[in-house]
Amino acid sequence: MAILAMALPEFLRGSEELSVTGPKVIKTFHIFGLDINFTETVVLEWIVMAVIIGLCIFLTRGLKVKAVSKRQVIAEMAVEAITNLVRDTMGKRWLAFTPYIATVFLFSIFGSLISLLGVRAVTSDFSVLLTWALMTFILITATKIKYGGVGGYLKGFADPIPVMLPINILSEVATPTAMALRHFGNIAGGSIIMGLIYFGLTSLSHMLHMQVPVLTIGIPAVLSLYFDLFSDFMQAFIFIMLTMVFVSNAGPAEDEAAA
Amino acid sequence: MDMGEAIILAGSAIGAGLAMIAGIGPGIGEGYAVGKACEAIARQPEASGAVTRTMFVGCAVAESTGIYGLIIALLLIFLKPFT
Repeated sequence: MAILAMALPEFLRGSEELSVTGPKVIKTFHIFGLDINFTETVVLEWIVMAVIIGLCIFLTRGLKVKAVSKRQVIAEMAVEAITNLVRDTMGKRWLAFTPYIATVFLFSIFGSLISLLGVRAVTSDFSVLLTWALMTFILITATKIKYGGVGGYLKGFADPIPVMLPINILSEVATPTAMALRHFGNIAGGSIIMGLIYFGLTSLSHMLHMQVPVLTIGIPAVLSLYFDLFSDFMQAFIFIMLTMVFVSNAGPAEDEAAA
Repeated sequence: MDMGEAIILAGSAIGAGLAMIAGIGPGIGEGYAVGKACEAIARQPEASGAVTRTMFVGCAVAESTGIYGLIIALLLIFLKPFT
């Protein structure tokens, strides 16, 4: 209660200053001459992971064949939806990828939506997105080596003519970079625009001689629908779609593999 | 604030504005893609799911250049790399 009494006047003042910084560094470790930062993002990631694991345990407790509970229906619908998506996009023989895709999707959505609680979104930290994009890159490379061998993989860089070598290397590097930057730019840009809107509406209400920034009630919620909810879902969806498309394109075509 | 710093700040702000010209391309491209998707759905309503999915992925890819511009603008305004 004491905290609430202290926080309420600050809250009623609205956002009077705008600052855009990286995530807060809680502690810095020095390991082998490297500075490894333990940031806010890591803590929030643990929270997100705990929420996802808790949700999974809650939904899959006491599964039955007959007389299913409501929880089980929800779990079955979710699993079926993501399985259908993977089957439609990648084809039947890539179904083993479903758990990975579902994990990245859930992590991305919950990591973005955690910003609704007033903390930094996990996905507005570039290192998180770069990690996910590098995982996709490793999957693409592994698939290429699996189906074409190391020789085939290296030969692919000189395809169709050896002159294309620099362009092929560039396009290989550009894939994860673009994926990470796209997700990061959308979420971070959205949160900066929302910050600007709060700041602008607060200033406007002060300009109109209101003690409490009345204009910040309601108006940002409409914009938050797009910048927080829609954009978060879209980016998570696009990230997994691109992962699926790139990985399945790295292997041979469906009918080729069957023959 | 001395003169040099002021010029750098002004240059950063102008540069950030210029970087956002990159928004024109994706705007035109995505509008075109969505228009074509609407035509496709009007012609074949039963394929709307696949069309919408493909359109969103295409839009996302077309958007990257605009996002690059946005990131450069954000860097110039908030990180001020040249001061």
